Amino acid sequence: MTQVIELSGTARRYDGAGPPALGPLDLTVAQGEALAVTGPSGSGKSTLLNLVAGLDRPTEGTVTVAGTRIDGLGERALARFRRDRIGMVFQFFNLLDDLTVTDNIQLPAQLTGTARRTAATRAGELMELLGIERHARAYPGRLSGGERQRVAVARALVNRPALLLADEPTGALDSASGEDVRALLVDLHRSGQTVVLVTHDLALAEACATRTIHLVDGQLAADTRAEALR
Amino acid sequence: MSPIGRVVRSGVGRRRVQTVVIAVAVMMAVASAVVAGALLVAADAPFDQAFARQRGAHLAVQYEPALVSDQQLAATGRSAGVTASGGPYRTVAARGRDEADRLTPTLTLAGRSGPDGEVDRLDLRAGRWAERPGEVVLAASFAGPAFRLGGTLRFDGVDQALTVVGLALSAGRSADTWVTPDQLTALVSAERPVTVQWLYRFQDAGTKEQLAAARERLAAAVPPGALLGAQSYLDTKRAADQGAAPTVPFLVAFGLLGLAMSVIIVSGVVSGAVGTGLRRIGILKAIGFTPGEVVRAYVAQALIPAGAGIALGVLLGNLLALPLLSDTEEAYGAVSLTVAWWVDLLVPAAALLVVGLAALVPALRAGRLRTVEAIAVGRSPRTGRGQWAHRALGRLPLPRAVTYGPATPFAHPVRALAMLLAVVFGTVTATFAVGLTGSLSAVTRAQDRDGLAPVIVFSGQVRGLGTPAPGQRTGSAAAAQPDRVRAAVEADPGTAGYYGWAIAEATVAGLTGTSQVVLYQGKSSSGAPELIDGRWLEGPGEVAVPTRYLERTGSRIGDTVRVTDEGGTRSLRIVGEVFDTSNDGTRLHADLADFPKAGPVAFKVTLKSGVRPAEYAERIAAVIRPIGGEAIADTPDQGGGLVLVLQGMAALLTLMLVAVAGLGVLNSVVLDTRERVRDLGICKSLGMTPGQTVGLVLASVAGLGLVGGLLGVPAGYALHGFVLPVMGHSAGTDLPPSVLEVYQAPQLALLVAAGAAIALLGALLPAVWAARAPAATALRAE
Repeated sequence: MTQVIELSGTARRYDGAGPPALGPLDLTVAQGEALAVTGPSGSGKSTLLNLVAGLDRPTEGTVTVAGTRIDGLGERALARFRRDRIGMVFQFFNLLDDLTVTDNIQLPAQLTGTARRTAATRAGELMELLGIERHARAYPGRLSGGERQRVAVARALVNRPALLLADEPTGALDSASGEDVRALLVDLHRSGQTVVLVTHDLALAEACATRTIHLVDGQLAADTRAEALR
Repeated sequence: MSPIGRVVRSGVGRRRVQTVVIAVAVMMAVASAVVAGALLVAADAPFDQAFARQRGAHLAVQYEPALVSDQQLAATGRSAGVTASGGPYRTVAARGRDEADRLTPTLTLAGRSGPDGEVDRLDLRAGRWAERPGEVVLAASFAGPAFRLGGTLRFDGVDQALTVVGLALSAGRSADTWVTPDQLTALVSAERPVTVQWLYRFQDAGTKEQLAAARERLAAAVPPGALLGAQSYLDTKRAADQGAAPTVPFLVAFGLLGLAMSVIIVSGVVSGAVGTGLRRIGILKAIGFTPGEVVRAYVAQALIPAGAGIALGVLLGNLLALPLLSDTEEAYGAVSLTVAWWVDLLVPAAALLVVGLAALVPALRAGRLRTVEAIAVGRSPRTGRGQWAHRALGRLPLPRAVTYGPATPFAHPVRALAMLLAVVFGTVTATFAVGLTGSLSAVTRAQDRDGLAPVIVFSGQVRGLGTPAPGQRTGSAAAAQPDRVRAAVEADPGTAGYYGWAIAEATVAGLTGTSQVVLYQGKSSSGAPELIDGRWLEGPGEVAVPTRYLERTGSRIGDTVRVTDEGGTRSLRIVGEVFDTSNDGTRLHADLADFPKAGPVAFKVTLKSGVRPAEYAERIAAVIRPIGGEAIADTPDQGGGLVLVLQGMAALLTLMLVAVAGLGVLNSVVLDTRERVRDLGICKSLGMTPGQTVGLVLASVAGLGLVGGLLGVPAGYALHGFVLPVMGHSAGTDLPPSVLEVYQAPQLALLVAAGAAIALLGALLPAVWAARAPAATALRAE
């Protein structure tokens, strides 16, 4: 089976003398897998996500994502790697308030140089798929939390990434909206999307993930595989 | 440390870039203001004080005694507008010989029985007044080894040597040598015709127009032709101030530009600190700071770096003023000049006040903010300002990273306006400085007319009044024959044209002392000074004069000038006003034929195309050296000391102001970048490369820069058009078109681009910071 993520002896230290915030860690995630990363605050969940997304670099070991070893890449190459291979969904949505929903969704495609019409078509498909097409010309500030997160997911998928990373995607949502996003993630995984989900919410992990790893003080404390999605 | 002190210290420490921006902007403004203030004082104070103390003459008027009686002249002293008068003082112009038999310059000798009077109360600096024939009092400026108390002075035709018994100072320079009236009568001869001097003070004498009107009234009160000339105290004052005065207008311009920029930048920085620190202000109030304490804290955050900038600016201003003050010091002789102490106090105090007020307005806003609102606003997402711009620009067929940036200014119109103004003032400064430098270079070229003749052939002629030119050989020169030299020039196949040239010394009615007259023979228009008005000489009987001569004597084109030298007296008609500031702006230009005792000292030669000046000069020299002549290839003048000082100072001040404009942009972009750190982090997490991030930030200022350039260039052009004539008038001259019209279209286009360049350079550093900031850190800033 093709591995989308391969971490080998990967560690991240913020203080040279202290213990690492994460690792050393060996981890592989296969294509089509839905991995939930859980653990208490400060356990290294976000650090792991940042390393896989190429937003941060390990101080030890290697990180290979979608066949590309990214721990040695320069900033420019990392940026290209992110926009081509990674889609990210954040707890607080991180939408650009100045841009309309359509513009937010199109932005990653436009950064890759995709033609305007092609990007618009793709954005339209995603908005229809996620049920937000009526908000196409609205600004994020006018949307509910759940709608904003749907926009964020659409933006994350616009370049058809090999890997979708979600950092506490329901953390800022009310329960109804959270349930909405949970269903969306399940649907995405069922469609074959590889997903890595960082969450405190064990119920979310249980609902969405085929595999859950539990981090404590930067170390892998548990690695559980589900037989099937419930 | 008090709580406010801690807040101020942390505020200054957190905003290092803004702190530096304020300090540099204020330093530059204060330095310019100190230099301008120092020169204004230097240009005014010494003369004004001495002139007021002596009740100096507003007009010193020369009359023809054959045409007007003393009674008639005395009546002019009682005419309307005259508050005091003195005279009649007989005067003659003469050259004497000192004890070593050296010829003196032409002296204006006045017969006066004492130093006192209603007008022109002379300061007797040493010795006593001349009490009997055989005694003379010299102007104090002559004091030196050649002229000392007890020394003697002899004049041709006068048997008795005159003994120097006193040294005196006339602030209005009514004359430069005084003897008793009897002695003066003894000095009169056919070569030294007598004139009568009356000195006047007027009720209204503040402007040259008022003095010109007074002169007209005096001329009307005496028979036609009796008034030979009049010397205005304004010209005397200007002559004394000539070193520094022309620099004042442009320094004032730079000072005002600097001050305006300081206000923009200080208010921009403090507004930015308030705008981006709303939550901090809310917290300060929540923990018990009163509105007054918040205001004080924010004003102090501006005043601390401003204070450092002011101290450095005073130091820099004093250093910059030194070379210009030394020029002024030379003009005043022994008077010692330093930057006036009160300038060093007044300018910093004024700067502190301006900076304080500029900081107070946004600080008051911080004080007025309600605690809950401040905290809430500081946390909430930005309002929808500028969204329309994003929508519109997003439609442009350009990369999204580029079109995303230019909409940024619309989200913060006030900040964008501050940035725009900084670029506008920077461009105004650059445009003005480019024009100023061009004009000063044009002045150098206009004053170096020799540069137009690539070869100068000296005839060696020293007979009569012709004086050797610089570089001319002496010795056998007296044996040279101008006709043979001219023949050699004409015979050479490389000669395209030539004219003869000499300098004579003569006295000119209305002017004290000797004036130089440049004499031309042949087709001299190629070497003529730049014409301001009228035309160049076309033959004998004509004279071209500089602006200052016209102003000093109240004459105009078409009037006649009475010029006297050892060859006699002749009246020449003024046909042109020329740009010539040499010899205090009183050098005349006339035809050699009017001065029969003078011969051409040199021939200024233009060459046919392809002829090398050095080879030509060598060839001619080989022919004429045996007869005492010489030929040299002329090299263009690189400009005088003052021009170089002005150009250097303009370059320095421009560099500083443009740097400050760039810092103003940097300040705004830093604020924007800090505020948009989350957005930039999002963009980077979505795959925006560092290059695209730099492009985004630069694109956010490029449009403003271009608009700033488009606004700043015409304003700088207009400033140049206003300041240059004022500088010219300070130097006592109008300026020819070649000095005023120095801009070229491509240059102006480049200056517009310079506005964009200022903005881009100012934004480059924060753009690189934004590109280098780790995306993960930026996202955590949420």
